[in-house]
Amino acid sequence: MRTLLSLAILMLVLPLAVADESKLQLAKDPDTTVVLAGCSSCHSVDYIQMNAPFLKRPQWEAEVKKMTKVFGAPVSDEDALKIVDYLVRHYSAE
Amino acid sequence: MTTRRMLLQSALAGITLGGGLTCQLARAGLPQGALDAAVLERLPGKQPLIKRSYRPPNFETPLAYFDGPITPNDRFFVRWHLMGITEVDARSWRLRIGGDAATKPYELTLEQLKSEFEPVEVVAVCQCSGNRRGLSDPHVAGVQWGYGAMGNARWKGARLKDILARAGLSKDTIEIAIDGADRPALDVTPDFVKSIPAWKALDENTIIAYEMNGEALPHLNGYPARLVVPGWTATYWMKQVVSIQALTKPLANFWMATAYRIPKGKFALVDRFTSQENDTTTPITEIVVNSVITSHADGARVRRGAPIVLEGLAWDAGAGIRRVEVSRDGGRVWEAAELGADLGRFSFRPWQYTTTPSATGVLALMARATNGQGTTQVSELIFNNPGYHNNVIQSVGLTVV
Repeated sequence: MRTLLSLAILMLVLPLAVADESKLQLAKDPDTTVVLAGCSSCHSVDYIQMNAPFLKRPQWEAEVKKMTKVFGAPVSDEDALKIVDYLVRHYSAE
Repeated sequence: MTTRRMLLQSALAGITLGGGLTCQLARAGLPQGALDAAVLERLPGKQPLIKRSYRPPNFETPLAYFDGPITPNDRFFVRWHLMGITEVDARSWRLRIGGDAATKPYELTLEQLKSEFEPVEVVAVCQCSGNRRGLSDPHVAGVQWGYGAMGNARWKGARLKDILARAGLSKDTIEIAIDGADRPALDVTPDFVKSIPAWKALDENTIIAYEMNGEALPHLNGYPARLVVPGWTATYWMKQVVSIQALTKPLANFWMATAYRIPKGKFALVDRFTSQENDTTTPITEIVVNSVITSHADGARVRRGAPIVLEGLAWDAGAGIRRVEVSRDGGRVWEAAELGADLGRFSFRPWQYTTTPSATGVLALMARATNGQGTTQVSELIFNNPGYHNNVIQSVGLTVV
């Protein structure tokens, strides 16, 4: 509820920025929805795009761990693994 | 001769023409993903800025916009950590002063902040700790800033020490913690709260600013009031300030204990933040001496035999800029640039250097600043994992035709 409320507030405050965010497109594969669900409740997914492709698996793991353990992203361990695999597949030079 | 206006127009042309911006940024050494994701877009009340992220909004100022020592409000960069950014209503806004070291906690309205304390002004550079992170080699995770996560404004406000004096600080005050109105999307996410050492809070230049370049602060730069900590990086310049807490113990949160820290001993810094130091790292404190070429972008075309006026900015943490030098031969010979208006020791200092290219081909021009303590910029990056304090000497390659 808090998230929805914040989103609603944000949309009132920054209509232009939010409108533009909708143009962002992540690489499509079966786990794209898991990534969107896990990451985009707190930030736009250009954070992923701009940190590519130089991050390797250990760094993407560290980022996902920071998001779940420090920032409290509501992502299960199983989904966290899927997100890391997805990021390595599409957003890493590896 | 390439003029600033032409540069600005060519930068803005990227909005409609596409390629121009990418081309300009491609030479800056940013990661490919950051180049692909960057677009020039207009936030409310702003000129088109380079988008790094939409939410929270992180937008940097194109170098071509820095055509003078003061950065206009509508060109000033935008940097937020958390997505819950509310528009503050000045009538209901309150600034609460308290904490376990404040014997007389109280609160202020915006009108009281403006009328009950002596207004003071300071021109000071606000520079993101991670400015130029995107140029780090090797690249490091984070917002991939180029050169423009910085700006210089004339700030007007009340001295923090005057505000604190009314709260009756106890003798064992160690830090002053500041919180803004921004909030995380999730309750479990650490709120962005920062502290500065008591000695820095009591410095006469540290102010709670309610004006920026003679106007109210833009919403995206912290309306109605923000902390201004001249000489220190922008992580401490809290926006939309709602709370000032005087503390007898160090603030312990993610943003102090884990983020915004540099390795001990790697940088020649003067200002220490001893209450937050540990064995290996220390909080980032003051800005390192730096300069940038703003008149000519990498790849700009100039004519052989025609004088070009190279212009730029130099700044440091408050020792003041002693000299700026330009090299035309890869750093072997350095010649003095002419320094421009001095708006104070915390301000951008404009400089210019005139040279006439005598041969066609690529002319590489480098600029380096030296501050009042004799400290100068580095030739090679002092690498650190968070990508802070990048003051590597910039080189711009002009195409002489």
